[in-house]
Amino acid sequence: MGIRFILMVNKQGQTRLAQYYEYLTIEERRALEGEIVRKCLARNEQQCSFVEHRNYKIVYRRYASLFFLVGVDNEENELAILEFIHLLVETMDRHFGNVCELDIMFHLEKAHFMLEEMVMNGCIVETSKSNILAPIQLMDKA
Amino acid sequence: MAGGVFSSYYSSSSSIMETLFQRTLEDLIKGLRLQLIGESAFVSKAIEEIRREVKSTDPHTKSTALQKLSYLASLHFHDMSWAAFHVVEVMSSSRFFHKRIGYHAASLSFHDDTPVLLLITNQLRKDLASTNEFEVSLALECLSRISTPDLARDLTPEIFTLLSTTKILVRKKAISVVLRVFAKYPDAVRVCFKRLVENLDSSDPQILAAVVGVFCELASQDPGSYLPLAPEFYRILIDSKNNWVLIKVLKIFAKLAPLEPRLAKRVVEPICDHMRRTGAKSLMFECIRTVVSSFSEYESAVKLAVVKIRELLVDDDPNLKYLGLQALSVIAPKHLWAVLENKEVVIKWLSDEDPNIKLESLRLVMTMVSESNVVEISRVLVNFSLKSGPGFCNEILGSILFTCSRNVYEMIIDFDWYVSLLGEMSRIPHCQKGVEIENQLIDIGMRVKDVRPELLRVARDLLIDPALLGNPFLHRILAAAAWVSGEYVEFSRNPFELIEALLQPRTNLLPLSVRAVYIHSAFKVLIFCLHSYILQSESITSSFSDNLVLGVSELVLKRNMLEGSDLTTCEAPSAHRSEGFNPRNQSYEDLSIENGGDRTINDGQTSTRAFSEKNIFTYESIINLINQVELALGPLTGSHDAELLERTRHILCFIELIKGEITECLVQKGKTLESEEMKASKIIKLMSDAFSEELGPVSVSAQQRVPIPEGLVLKENLDDLETICADIQVPPSNLFSLGSPYYGEEVGVSPFGLQNKEESEPSNEATFLLTEHRKLHGLYYLASEKNEIVGNDYPPANEPKLQDNPKNDTEDLVKLTVQSLATNKKPNHAKTRPVVVKLDEGDLVTITAKRPETKDDLVSGAVREVLLGSDTRTATSQSNPSDKSSSKRKGKEKLNVDRSELKENLGDSETPKQENPSSRKNKHRTIGKERRHNSPGKIGKEREENGQKGKQKSSHRHARHKARHRADAPLNVVSQTPVIPDFLL
Repeated sequence: MGIRFILMVNKQGQTRLAQYYEYLTIEERRALEGEIVRKCLARNEQQCSFVEHRNYKIVYRRYASLFFLVGVDNEENELAILEFIHLLVETMDRHFGNVCELDIMFHLEKAHFMLEEMVMNGCIVETSKSNILAPIQLMDKA
Repeated sequence: MAGGVFSSYYSSSSSIMETLFQRTLEDLIKGLRLQLIGESAFVSKAIEEIRREVKSTDPHTKSTALQKLSYLASLHFHDMSWAAFHVVEVMSSSRFFHKRIGYHAASLSFHDDTPVLLLITNQLRKDLASTNEFEVSLALECLSRISTPDLARDLTPEIFTLLSTTKILVRKKAISVVLRVFAKYPDAVRVCFKRLVENLDSSDPQILAAVVGVFCELASQDPGSYLPLAPEFYRILIDSKNNWVLIKVLKIFAKLAPLEPRLAKRVVEPICDHMRRTGAKSLMFECIRTVVSSFSEYESAVKLAVVKIRELLVDDDPNLKYLGLQALSVIAPKHLWAVLENKEVVIKWLSDEDPNIKLESLRLVMTMVSESNVVEISRVLVNFSLKSGPGFCNEILGSILFTCSRNVYEMIIDFDWYVSLLGEMSRIPHCQKGVEIENQLIDIGMRVKDVRPELLRVARDLLIDPALLGNPFLHRILAAAAWVSGEYVEFSRNPFELIEALLQPRTNLLPLSVRAVYIHSAFKVLIFCLHSYILQSESITSSFSDNLVLGVSELVLKRNMLEGSDLTTCEAPSAHRSEGFNPRNQSYEDLSIENGGDRTINDGQTSTRAFSEKNIFTYESIINLINQVELALGPLTGSHDAELLERTRHILCFIELIKGEITECLVQKGKTLESEEMKASKIIKLMSDAFSEELGPVSVSAQQRVPIPEGLVLKENLDDLETICADIQVPPSNLFSLGSPYYGEEVGVSPFGLQNKEESEPSNEATFLLTEHRKLHGLYYLASEKNEIVGNDYPPANEPKLQDNPKNDTEDLVKLTVQSLATNKKPNHAKTRPVVVKLDEGDLVTITAKRPETKDDLVSGAVREVLLGSDTRTATSQSNPSDKSSSKRKGKEKLNVDRSELKENLGDSETPKQENPSSRKNKHRTIGKERRHNSPGKIGKEREENGQKGKQKSSHRHARHKARHRADAPLNVVSQTPVIPDFLL
């Protein structure tokens, strides 16, 4: 299914956003996030952004205090996912203006909304920032 | 703020009191940040609140409560399944913002077993048909997450409608949802597939991106079914300017190309064009990956890809480095030159600071290993592992062990080298590969006869070192070493030191299971010593006085030499005596050499052994030995471990049995008190015979060949047992499996073994003396003697100053490895490869192909039907899905009837995609099949035409008949062709 989950985690390892594209039980999610956070946060800037985990890959990128972690199938193009992460950050940046961890914390539903516009059923369906933001802006006006 | 925004939305419609006193999500988040009572306490208080609020009749209060609950469930792992019914209620709210909270909660918490799922079908149907495109989006989004077979079936008509809606926002989401619907309800393919395909022609980039994404996923499950769409994909590959889309199309072609060579020929150039032209690294990398995985037979494309890989490898960006290495390892099996060309870089990254990159680089280095360079590469890697951290060190050791043991050690020529490498690896401080090394030491001992003397030396060195006993990771290896020392004690120069090592006080550091092996091995060694002593004294006696004694000694000798021979021979001593040679004054040595002819490997050793034996086995030494064993084992009779206790008792009882007699008879040596002597030595001989039974490797399938005794139930369900025994720790299983002696290959031992041993004998003697010397002056030596052999330009690994400048290390490493990897280097084998015992079928690993899931079969079956058969079914079934399923069932029955015929035809058709025995058939299919029966070759073309036509044609029932008739027409004209339309080829 391409993308399996998207996580945003801060430096302390607290999850700030979790979006799964397959159903996992709470225990599975807790275990998964624990393992991934441990694996990825221990890595430094000079190391590559790809980590193999169980039977899939994690592509991650750090922006300021926030880590964006995307779990993908082995087939997926890692560099494209990195670009996707960047696009997501740019989109949020455009909406919030210099986005920070607090924006995502307190506007979680908007972050989800953007993701829903970008990713559907694990496939990237929209890559234009204005298209992604159009519905949100419409609703903000409402 | 979010809460604030929301409360402003709701304030008008909600009861003021509740809204005023309810905490919003924002309050909750702030509270969580500022709380002083501990997070869990705070959260459980909040949940309590939510439980109360969610029951409210006020929609605003209810939805806010649900929103808070979703937040806690998503980020703080709190169960929210109890609120499922409230979720359904909020979903059905008329206000968009409430509905949204409900839908979000549903996608978060619903799964296949959620009971309330049955209640939402109508709500979803209503929202899918809504005029508000955002409501439709919500429903689609939710459906993509939670759809069950029932939901997918019931909502297929709505999805079908949305696939051609003019609202782009909705259509692209509907396209993505189709994937999930197909997976859950394969019959939806018949309804929706045609419209899905039509979307491939869409001029809208958003639609195209979505639909290509869907086909990429579909094709990855069963590429064959989508070959007929190759022209569409080809057009996108040429025309599209969107990198996201191109990447997905490339993925599709990577799947399709291997199935259809002409297609591959056609697309390889455009792919190379993209690779050359694009500025986007992601697209370039996708081109590389496509070429290396699916176009590896196109020389020029591969060359271009390797050039691009090189660019990635030397880039500073660790991401590109990593991907470059990965791409190389994909292509390594088919084009090793690509790796060899880049070996300097690959080896350089072996010391990168990123463990992932190091690991990839290690994998690549291992692909370069061959018979001719395995010694050098292993040497370099072992040295490198000494300087690595525990994790990577074990990765290195693991891959060496794996590579060298692959296919029953096919890469190893010099086993003496390999077993000493195993010994050396065991001593690496971080080594945690105990189990693997243990298995290989024993396995090699059983399979390769020629290596046993060296194996024993390695085992002895491990056993004798008291420092190793303290390292728990080594215990398994030590167990193997102990076993080797007992089993192959005949090659030992000094069995006494083995006993000493096996019984040293520090063995109390070992786990009981290993200790048991130690004791048992000590028993074997003891028997060997006693037996040798008796032989020796007898032969001495015999040289004085002949007759019976000689006969006995000769007999014993024969038994000893003919290890693994049947015990029955021993029961017929007279036969032996009469057939044996009869030089009366022959000494022991001569005898042994003569007899040694039966066992080639003994030859070189026997003379030395006999020589040393003469000096070693004196009366005093034997008595000392016995006393020593008694002394060491005495305390163990109080052991609480049954295994240990029993083995100790065995030895002690044995000693008890023989002690009195042996002392006596030894004292009266030469006086020919035959009856006494016979009694003691008989026991010893019997024991010795028992131990000299050779152990061979056991075929993996050996167990299967044993017929199952009648009345034995093997397949009984033992699940109950598991629950009972859940917390009982499984006791360590037997360390070694004792196989039956292996006769087959023994006869055919190559005569080379003989030569080798004789040649290597002096050097063995030298190394022996050397190690002895080292033992005395250990301080003045570097730990590893092997370093001297490698060459002077590479300093020994353990030298402490080296650790100060790792940079230098790396350079040396690169230099050395480059040397050792030189391709033109001729293997310089000092020895011929010894015989390695392989079992006929047991060592073959049978790989059972994993059967694809039935669901996928169903999807692809339906896809083939739509693409290849006709599109007529779509129109009819679309209006009435239930009717559909009944007709499908009909088709199935037919399938059963025709299955055997179908199987035959499978063999005829060239491309595998044309027929899929497990795919569903309908009437149409069956007809096609009958036709094929007449002329198997023609069906492909016919299908193709059918498919082509079907795409443009509007579908009606009567049209189907027409299509069939038309399809019949070219029957006589065309020859066998696959389904790719000609304009592509």
